[in-house]
Amino acid sequence: MGSKRHSRRDLLKSGAALAGGLTLGAVAPSAGQTPAAGQAPKGPDMIRGSKELIAYGDRSRFVTSVRIPHGGRPSPDAFGLVFHVAAPLQDSVGVITPSSLHYVATTRGSFMPDIDPKEHRLMIHGLVDRPLTFTMEDLKRLPSVTRLHFIECAGNRSTPRAKNVQESHGMTSCAEWTGVLLSTLLKECGVKGAATWFVAEGVEEVKGASSMPVAKAMDDVLVAYGMNGEAVRPQQGFPLRLLVPGFEGIFSTKYVRRIKLVDRYYMNYNDYGHLRDDAKETALGYQVGPKSVITYPSAGQQLPGRGFYEISGLAWSGGGVIRRVEVSTDDGKHWMDAQIKGRAERMAHTRFGCPWNWDGKETVLLSRCTDELGQVQPTRAQVAKFFNVPVGEVPGLDNTIQPWRIASDGSVTNGHAT
Amino acid sequence: MATPHRFLGCVLLGGLLLGASVLAQSPPKYGVGTTPTAEEIRAWDISIGPDGAELPPGRGTPKEGAQLFMSKGCAACHGANGTGGKAPELKSKDGPSVETWKRGRILPIRAPFATIVWDYINRAMPLGREGSLKPDEVYALTAFLLNLNEVIPEDSVLDAQSLPKVKMPIGEDYASLPDWKPKTRRLQGYPY
Repeated sequence: MGSKRHSRRDLLKSGAALAGGLTLGAVAPSAGQTPAAGQAPKGPDMIRGSKELIAYGDRSRFVTSVRIPHGGRPSPDAFGLVFHVAAPLQDSVGVITPSSLHYVATTRGSFMPDIDPKEHRLMIHGLVDRPLTFTMEDLKRLPSVTRLHFIECAGNRSTPRAKNVQESHGMTSCAEWTGVLLSTLLKECGVKGAATWFVAEGVEEVKGASSMPVAKAMDDVLVAYGMNGEAVRPQQGFPLRLLVPGFEGIFSTKYVRRIKLVDRYYMNYNDYGHLRDDAKETALGYQVGPKSVITYPSAGQQLPGRGFYEISGLAWSGGGVIRRVEVSTDDGKHWMDAQIKGRAERMAHTRFGCPWNWDGKETVLLSRCTDELGQVQPTRAQVAKFFNVPVGEVPGLDNTIQPWRIASDGSVTNGHAT
Repeated sequence: MATPHRFLGCVLLGGLLLGASVLAQSPPKYGVGTTPTAEEIRAWDISIGPDGAELPPGRGTPKEGAQLFMSKGCAACHGANGTGGKAPELKSKDGPSVETWKRGRILPIRAPFATIVWDYINRAMPLGREGSLKPDEVYALTAFLLNLNEVIPEDSVLDAQSLPKVKMPIGEDYASLPDWKPKTRRLQGYPY
């Protein structure tokens, strides 16, 4: 990365570059460049080809969108551990989060294991007819599936302090995952009737482990080796990650090495943290609720003036496909159906858009979604009424509506802030 | 743990699983993957369930644990008495008179089973030397933390039999888990 970043030092003027016979596709001079006073129009500088750029491409130096440590805890921390890192949703387009910008969370703060895939094994044992160990090569021989899925951390919770959508909603991302269905592997092992839960465990030093119902394993859990067209990244669990669609992110076990079929909830360290004293709150964990957020315009952005804008955002649900997204441009007095861009897929980020003519007056933008089960994204006031708590408290996972306040000067701020 | 199996006259992988005979009941479709040895399974199987069935032999006391807490470097991160360090708090500031749910998410207090404390120390501690503690040491450190939080008396001896029987402060005072099924709303009756 570092050496590529310096490639601008080697930039040549267009004429020299063309004369030098660059092998990399040269950028043609743009007609739109504004000439400085008294000078001939000048095209953009050239990106000079390099072995590195031919081998593995890089984004434009003008694109500076980056991830940030999330929730006030530094990553890396004083021990060199990586904890939570949020994706820059405010700059997102489409539904796929680039692997380099995909959010990261670890079970307690973790070092990234540097795993040689040739040495990696996945063992399935416990209440099965035939315990089996798979190499990466074994897994790639088996029938594969490729699916878009979001992952969201249970801690993805908007607060009045969030200055932008990265801070309020950045602990979710969506990627195209490729791998073998866990059900394919379990059928190969033969699951015994007494097996009702399974424990998934990773290689990292914490050996993070979570218990999940076998019904989920047989439904849609993926043992993924591919992400966005290449190998899963180390921060996402290279070489093998369990992908548990629609469940809190912690269940999508990274560096997965072992799956044990058991006859009860196994109450691992990762599991006991999910326990609550209120059954309603517990039920609103595990499966992520229907959630949406407007990414443009969102807090921290600036509207240049009145006139037309396409409001754009993301919607997702652990309940399946997003069926409907509505947008309000007057703080909830009226709602209109947003357009779903492309095809909505189950447990995947779904891009929506909605035309808006801003009249230059102060207002509040909202979005809410409905999933295929008919679950509707609630306001914070609705949640507070249901749980009989002060407005702002959100028991369970936070899937409430995010208000963005538009000031008359075009600045956008967090509507939860007072 | 062992469940009855019907003998169907297929391949016998004797004694692989928790001492139970395991019979192939449906043939594998692809025949990919290899059979791990009992030793390989034992080496990797570090999940300790609530009944402690997988606990290895060994024993430890709070007093031994207090010494290990210093000598193994636990105190350097967690503070001399499990509090005030950079790493998570291991001692509740409140006494047993305060309701468990109000005492913070402190492992030896909030965990419903003492086996969870053992399991976590064994798999994840100490930082950078995970898996290096011997079973006796894990029993002793578990005993130390449980005694520090007034869960067990100082003269306790923890081993594979006594550890699963420790009564944790939270008891059964936690909500039952959602009975998850595919294509089902999260909470029946939730209006949203």
